[in-house]
Amino acid sequence: MVTSSSSWSQALVQISPYTFSAVGIAISIGVSVLGTAWGIYITGSSLIGAAIKAPRITSKNLISVIFCEAVAIYGVIVAIILQTKLESVPSSRMHDPESMRAGYAIFASGIIVGFANLVCGLCVGIIGSSCALSDAQNSSLFVKILVIEIFGSALGLFGVIVGIIMSAQATWPTKA
Amino acid sequence: MYGFEALTFNIHGGYLEAIVRGYRSGLLTAADYNNLCQCETLDDIKMHLSATEYGSYLQNEPSPLHTTTIVEKCTLKLVDEYKHMLTQATEPLSTFLEYITYGHMIDNVVLIVTGTLHERDVQELLEKCHPLGMFDSIATLAIAQNMRELYRLVLVDTPLAPYFSECITSEDLDDMNIEIMRNTLYKAYLEDFYRFCQKLGGATAEIMSDLLAFEADRRAVNITINSIGTELTRDDRRKLYSNFGLLYPYGHEELAVCEDMDQVRGAMEKYPPYQSIFSKLSYGESQILDKAFYEEEVKRLCLAFEQQFHYGVFFAYMRLREQEIRNLILKYLGNLKLDFYFEFDSTRIDFGEEPQ
Repeated sequence: MVTSSSSWSQALVQISPYTFSAVGIAISIGVSVLGTAWGIYITGSSLIGAAIKAPRITSKNLISVIFCEAVAIYGVIVAIILQTKLESVPSSRMHDPESMRAGYAIFASGIIVGFANLVCGLCVGIIGSSCALSDAQNSSLFVKILVIEIFGSALGLFGVIVGIIMSAQATWPTKA
Repeated sequence: MYGFEALTFNIHGGYLEAIVRGYRSGLLTAADYNNLCQCETLDDIKMHLSATEYGSYLQNEPSPLHTTTIVEKCTLKLVDEYKHMLTQATEPLSTFLEYITYGHMIDNVVLIVTGTLHERDVQELLEKCHPLGMFDSIATLAIAQNMRELYRLVLVDTPLAPYFSECITSEDLDDMNIEIMRNTLYKAYLEDFYRFCQKLGGATAEIMSDLLAFEADRRAVNITINSIGTELTRDDRRKLYSNFGLLYPYGHEELAVCEDMDQVRGAMEKYPPYQSIFSKLSYGESQILDKAFYEEEVKRLCLAFEQQFHYGVFFAYMRLREQEIRNLILKYLGNLKLDFYFEFDSTRIDFGEEPQ
């Protein structure tokens, strides 16, 4: 199968597709949660400080935190979907192109969702921080900045959609 | 790296930045100043100020109110806010906040030394010192006879110690030397602060560089104008200019040889940001220049709040609050006879009488 290609491609091809799938699932949930946590602390610290002078902003600005949290939920949902796609393959067919494709598809799906959620969480967190500080000074600004946050959180959705489409074609070979 | 502060600033500085922005929203507004304009007596002023953020500080004062009390209480509010922030800050923000007060320390040192020279009582002088610039052993300054003793006895333990390397001489302290000492210290302090901000990098470095450069340039102009016609030589004058800022180095060369106001104006008009200030003066009165500089400074300080995730907001807030107290002193408590004990103004430079 591989005779004159480099030793790297030989090594990569020998890695089991299960490894790729598992790493993909891990990245999907792990990196999403990283993005969420990052966003929540960015928003939260500004929100707490600003709420001392202007206590009225606390309940409205929890929306920013909820948007960040939604990002983690996307990661969990996709991880659960991906793990249902993981099937056992007879060991004779483990390195077939079919099963390699399935493994790579799950891996890619995980990376897509993970990193899209990472940047989405960051984006929403930074905007949420600015939103809290502006709302404390002038309450008419809240809704306007919220619109920016909504656009930001759409990024996570894009990632989820593409990730699910990718994983839908992860069909493992069934028979030996 | 400039542009990515938003990712990590809030770990240590997010809470305090939100707090300082909350404080900023408590600055007196145009409506407050309008109300204060219409006050006839000190009690009116107290009543109007009670409706602002200063209320809790003034309400317990008994009714025959003295102007110095109002100023003291307003300054006390600033000091409380500053201490609140300083106790919650971590490095490097805590060092940054401490740097902001070194200017006041220098002023206090000069105040006590000058006062001792004019044979005033040490306790009286201590009460006039700015609270942000106090340090232990400040009272011992009254004993020193010359600069070397000043350094050895008191200042070597303070944060001002590294600024003294340029001005330790055995000369006796007289008015001229004290003024030179003040300006040399301030120069060293500004340069040190500038280097510190550059080390912090990112948005803090950029914004603070701009603010500190304006401060350095403004001091250079003030030194030039105040030393025209005095005994200060050109070389001495040049040594007092800071080594950063828009005017460094060519503007300083021109300013060093200026002998009157028109020459200063000629030198400064080559720089677009300062041209607008100098074009407002027609016949070169110093007071208009002071006011124009203050206005420009306040404009720049307000701009510092436009950006998030940097330390410049702390510096800007402290300066704006001080300007507000200055406004209260100058405009509304104007019956007060201003001698140098009430001037918390670090930009005031006085090299002595013009020779007759």
